Order: sequence, then structure tokens, then C-alpha cells
Amino acid sequence: MSAQELDISRRGFLKASAAVSGGFILALTLPGCDSKPAGKAGAGAGGQPNAWLKIKGDNSITVLVDRSEMGQGVYTSLTQLLAEELELPMDKITVEAAPPGDVYINKLVGGQVTGGSTSVQDAWVKLRTAGAQARHMLIAAAAQQWGVDASQCRVANATIINAHGKTLTYGDVAEAASKMTPPKDVKLKAYGDFKLIGQPVARLDSPGKVDGSAQFGIDVKLPGMLYASLAQSPVLGGKVKSFDAAAAEKMPGVVKVVNTSGGVAVIAEHFWQAKSARDAIKIQWDAGPNAKLSNASIRAMLKKGAASDKGLSALAAGDVASAFKGAAKTVNAVYELPLLAHATLEPMNCTADVKADGCDVYVGTQVQQVAQAVSAKACGLKPEQVRVFTTLLGGGFGRRLDIDFIPPAVEASKAVGKPVKLIWTREDDTTHDTYRPPGYDEISGAFDAKGALTGWKFHITGPSITARMFPPVTGVDPFAVEAAANYPYDVPNVAVNYTRQEIGIDVGYMRSVSHALNCFVAESFMDELAHAAGKDPYAFRAELLGKKPRFKRVLEQCAKHANWGRIDKGHFQGIALMEGYGTYLAQVVEISTEHDQLKIHKIVCVVDCGRMVNPRIVESQIQSSIVFGLTSSLWGEITLADGKVQQTNFHQYRLLRNSETPPIEVKLLDSEDEPGGIGEPATALVAPALCNAIFAATGKRIRSLPIGAQKVLKI
Amino acid sequence: MINLSVNGQSLSTDAAPETPLLWVIRDHLGMTGTKFGCGMGLCGACTVHIDGAPTRSCQTALSAVAGKTITTIEGLSADRSHAVQKAWLEIDVPQCGYCQSGQIMSAAALLKSNPNPSDADIDTAMSGNICRCGTYPRIRKAIHRAAEILKTGA
Repeated sequence: MSAQELDISRRGFLKASAAVSGGFILALTLPGCDSKPAGKAGAGAGGQPNAWLKIKGDNSITVLVDRSEMGQGVYTSLTQLLAEELELPMDKITVEAAPPGDVYINKLVGGQVTGGSTSVQDAWVKLRTAGAQARHMLIAAAAQQWGVDASQCRVANATIINAHGKTLTYGDVAEAASKMTPPKDVKLKAYGDFKLIGQPVARLDSPGKVDGSAQFGIDVKLPGMLYASLAQSPVLGGKVKSFDAAAAEKMPGVVKVVNTSGGVAVIAEHFWQAKSARDAIKIQWDAGPNAKLSNASIRAMLKKGAASDKGLSALAAGDVASAFKGAAKTVNAVYELPLLAHATLEPMNCTADVKADGCDVYVGTQVQQVAQAVSAKACGLKPEQVRVFTTLLGGGFGRRLDIDFIPPAVEASKAVGKPVKLIWTREDDTTHDTYRPPGYDEISGAFDAKGALTGWKFHITGPSITARMFPPVTGVDPFAVEAAANYPYDVPNVAVNYTRQEIGIDVGYMRSVSHALNCFVAESFMDELAHAAGKDPYAFRAELLGKKPRFKRVLEQCAKHANWGRIDKGHFQGIALMEGYGTYLAQVVEISTEHDQLKIHKIVCVVDCGRMVNPRIVESQIQSSIVFGLTSSLWGEITLADGKVQQTNFHQYRLLRNSETPPIEVKLLDSEDEPGGIGEPATALVAPALCNAIFAATGKRIRSLPIGAQKVLKI
Repeated sequence: MINLSVNGQSLSTDAAPETPLLWVIRDHLGMTGTKFGCGMGLCGACTVHIDGAPTRSCQTALSAVAGKTITTIEGLSADRSHAVQKAWLEIDVPQCGYCQSGQIMSAAALLKSNPNPSDADIDTAMSGNICRCGTYPRIRKAIHRAAEILKTGA
């Protein structure tokens, strides 16, 4: 590194942060020192800079973003946080993906993870503090050079200005600043002084995404790179018994056929050659324990699990047994949800370059440190010998929290001693996902003699994602009961229970995770209870929210913006309410069903997500989540027969198209609460709001998704 | 060797004639803006213009395009100055961005044949392009905006 560079180090951070609670102290390494391995915790081995900021002598500024950009806008929103305190102009900033490192651990998750709609919440104080500390050091360096007091200097536009109007750029003093001791306490800007936070700043990743230059994992190109295609067991969980690659090996461009931990990889000079040759391999598979797995067998397992016990308590209030015993009326229902595929538009892929003493991995991942660890294991090196370069992600939605597509690429590269880019086909991707768990949920409500809702019982049964990914989980999987355990309504006797029932295949986190399952069941059932009580579904909910003002506000505002109950004749509405990731939302779906044809006229979503960093991105995430939720609601279903996934491509796993997208109205409420997450929660409300509208229109209650499979309406 | 005209350049490739144009563009010619999404012509991520017509390059054999004029996202403009690109930036359409090259190529073709498309025209022209992030509301808005830019120059 030739120029002076301000490099806020992970080691310094770790050393100093122990001294301060609730904030982060930054130390700076000397210019050029960033090429040293960063020590025990292993961040940035082999020349990667650490932490969040690099300033070169020419005043070019790079912000290292430690969360993966998968469309949710973190390259922009997290940069806004840092730039706010540093007075950086957004258009001068280059964003780079941060390497794996403990400094980048997401404290809300406990690892370097992009997920759980936590990026802004985690960074909210951390990155503003980092920016403020760097500003102090830059000012101190300039003040020293001028021989003036730091208090006489201010910053603007990446420049320090003193009382005499003299200026130095950040780049001019970056080297000197890097030798300063970071201040222990910094005062952050008052909220009213924000210039960037809260503004609809243009996304920094848009230019590359409109001219084709954006680099996704699938676009990585290294000198001498080969391509690979991977044949995986058609039966989920099966293994290679034997294979005959004689014909494939003779095909044009084929370099080698390798048996990897994930299946048989064909390595060739070009992808199409690898894929064509793969189809010519004869593989004998050991189907394993899932040889007969089907939807019916999965459903039977879940039903049996649900019947086997009452489950572990996820939420309990009052005395539910007595409430139901003394009830004047009870309502009971069973709701079911299917397996779903993430279906990121960029199929899984990974490029690995294994050498004797190191391994480079280029991958769109949501878990850099896990990617580093599994790559190291796959090539027999130490984690600090593996560099992970995070590309842009062509969709994440939780799929790239899994790393199953990484080791086979590393193994393939090791086998040929060259860089290898392994690309899954769409069929590979759809048939070998880590699917969203299915659900089999029993739910009941009890009314007393006065017609008041006095009891709520919700028994959730399904496989545990967390037990697979973060074992051991001995109690309730918190990611199976998120919305269920956060029951908003003022009902005195509540019992939410969870039974873990595995189904033989891997399940994964998918956008909004259990919120989507729980909210469909709970908010559909609230609608059932409203009708049982003879009340308007909106009024029924509102009456039970006296103690929950943030819930109540979004519900009321949504009813207002959707003109609840004041719509055209022949139109019908459904409503749903939820809090997820610290964000409060209500949705109203308006439909008509002329000639039994479902037509969605509009979806209104009112959101209180606390303080917003970038309302333009927030709006896009709400729209995005609603389209995602609508896809799942209408068509989303993965089915199995003889252990094989029956859907292979988009003709069978249908995704919403532009012409099928209804008008979506997003209303963002002003809020002075701390920021909530925004990438996921709106997904969860679509299914219940839509199914409640369908009930209003037809009197038919949909208790299983997808709607399309229920044959209630033409869709 | 097969000769191609891509983005105004004459190029030749030794890829097998049956290779889908998509992989020739990406792997052999090194232009990765055109994306692989499905390999079945279902998602539109691989959309390029062949003699001006929006075409799924994953379903087009190399042998079928010899001598034809191919435009990819890289050739739409040198500096993001195409009206569609301008509108896309103004409205901040992309999220993950993976489908956007295909969306933009479809939108550019639509506006060339129909400079003032209605919502129904947009539905028809754009229904072959999937966006898993659901940028559809902004795509619609940006196409109308691009039509305006084409009309007024700003």
C-alpha cells in the first residue's frame, strides 16, 4: 500500500472496546501494516484491510461494509451511518466488502452474519461511533500540523478546516491520524443534526447494477480458472455409491471428474462443457434414509409429533386450562404450511483457488466466518490461511446463510490445483435447497359468557432450523415461534407451545423465518375469532390492543389508509398485524372474486420501523417483502416423492411476475424509537391478510398454503 | 471458429456451435453482465438484443447467431446514458440487481418499439423477466420515466 492509509484495526478495537460499554473504541494501525495477519482471531489474513475505513493520500475513501449486500441496501445504509459522523460526501465513497473477522461480529446474532434483519440495528451506534472517532483523530492530526487547538477545527466534505480558513483533506493527514490514540468517549450528533441519516440517499450499488459491471459470485474470473458442475444425489441426503465417468472424461474440455463431499463434480474449461459432461456420467446413488420420503410421510410425522405431547412453553400467561374449561364458546382449527424454496435468482455458486499454503474463496455468502472455516476444513488448511472475498449476492433470503455449496468448490480446486468456479444449475438449486420448514399448527380460542376472548392456545409443530445450524438446542427453537411468542392482544390466558419434529431433511432460515408461519396461523385465526364473535376483524383487534400503542397505531393507520370498510361494492378486505425484528406493521389486502377469479386490487402496508436510515430503501424493502410473501401465498410449495423434490425450475416453482403484482401502497410512519429491521417482516403479513380477504369475499377459510393448491378461487 | 458481432465489435469464438449464446458471452467473451437464471427461457435474466429483438440467450445456440448483431447490457451505452439506465438510477430500481441487466434489455427493446407504453404494454413486454426481489413497482415507474426522458430529453 503506497499511500497513507487510515486503517482502523480489529486488534485495536478488541483491545480497547473491552474498556467501554455500549460503544466502540477504535485504534489505528500504521500504514502498510494491514498486510499482516491480524492475529489470533484470524481476521483479514494475507493482506486484507480490517475494520470499516480506508483513506488514501489522494483523499479517496473506501468504506468496508461488514454485511453482505443482497439487495437490502446495506452497502448504502451502513455507509450513511459512518459518513454521517465523518462528514463524508456519499458520492466520494467506494464500498468494499469486509473480510471475515471478529471485529465484524454482529452482536445481535453472535457471528459475522447478515441475517435476521439486524444490520442497521447492530450498526446504529457502532458505525456512528466509528465515524466520530475517526473524525476526532483526523482533526487532531490536522490541528497538530497547523499547531492550533483541535477545538478550532471543523470538518466538511472530507476536509478539515481551521479558524483561519485553511484546509487539509482527510487524505493529507490520514497517515498522521493513524498514529493518534483513538478517543475514549465521543459525542455523537444529536438526531436533529443528521444530514445523511433519514435521507433518501441514492444507492451506492445501483450504477454497477444498471450497466452490467456489478460483480456477483457467478461473475468471478481468475487467471487459469476452470468451471465445474456438480451432480448431487436426487434423493435428499443420499450419497454417491459409485460412478462411471469414462464417457464424460472424453468429452470436449473436460479436465477431471472428482468425487466431492457434495457429489460428483465435473471440471472443464468452460461451464457448458462441464454441465454437458455431467449429464453423461453414470452414477449409482445410495438413497439413504429418505428413499421413501414424501409430502404424505412428512405430514404424518408432523401430525404424530403434534399429537405426541403438548410441547415446550414458548409463552404462557394466566390459566389457559381454566379459561377453556369455563368457556361459553371455543373455536379450534389446524393450519398447515408447506416446504418452500428460497429461489434466489443467482443460483448457488462458489469460486475457490486452493494453493499449497493458502486458499482464496470468492462467494456470495451471508456468513463469512463460517465460509472461511468450512473452506479451511475442505482443503486441509487453517482458517487464517483462507481468504474470503464476499461478492454481491444475487439474492440471499437466508439461503446463503448455508454453506453447502462451498466445500465442493474448494475440493474441486484442490483436486486440479487451479481456480475452479462451481455453478449450480437452476434445477440443482431448486432440488437441493435448505427449504423453509413446513408447519402443522393447532390453535384454539375461548370466549367467556360475555363474549370476551379469554383464552388463546397455539401449538406449533415443525423441524428446527436452529438445532441443525447452531446445535445444541434443547428447548424451544426461538426461530420457530417468533411471532407466536410475541402475541400482541390483551387476552388474559395464553399458552404458546412448541414441539420439535424433525422430518429427515435439512430446513433453513428463509426471509422472515417463523414470522411467516406464525403470522399466517395467528392472524388468520384472529380473523376466525372475530367472525365467531360477530365483530369486524379490524375492530375486534383494535379493542384488544389497549396496552400496545405501537401495534395499535399501525393497525389504525393501516385501516385509515386502506379505507377499511369504505370500499367499492364487490370488493373485500383482509387485515393482519405483526411485530417482527423491532418493526411494527399492519397490512390490508383488497380483492374481488368476480367469476371465482381472484383479483388483488391493492395491498396497503403501514410500517413503524423506528428511526429510518434511508426511507427510500425502507420503502423498497417493504415492496420487495410483499412481492415475496405474495409469491409464497399464491403458489409457494415444494413437494417430495420418493425423497426427490418434484419442482425443478420456474415453470414448476412459480414466482410472481410484473404483470401479476398488484399496486402496493407503503406508508412509513414517523417514529423516534430505535431502528427496527426492515428486510423481512412485511413478508409475513401477506398470507393472512389475503386469506382473510378471501374469507370475507367467499366465506371459505384457507387453512393451508399455498392458496393456489386449495382450489377455492382461480388465481 | 464462429464470428459474431457483439456490441459493435467483431469477435470470434471456438465454442461448440450448440453452446448457448449466454455461456459464450459470459465464459468465452468475458462479458458477465448477462446473467444465468434458469437455463430454460423462463426468467429473462439472460436477455440480449439480437438484431434489435429481445432474446433469451440461454435458449439461443451459438450457431444460430453467426453473422447477427448482438447487443448486451455492456453495449447498451458506454456511460449509463441510455434513457432506461438513467431512469433506473433516478428511481433506484435495483435491489440485489441480478435480474436487472435482463430487465433493462427488455425495457429498452419495449421503448424502442413503443416509445409511450401503457401499463398493459409493460405487463406484456416485461412478464418474461422475473425479479425475485420484487422490484416490479419501481420497474414500472422507471419505464414510464424512461419514456418521458426519451420524449423530453430530460
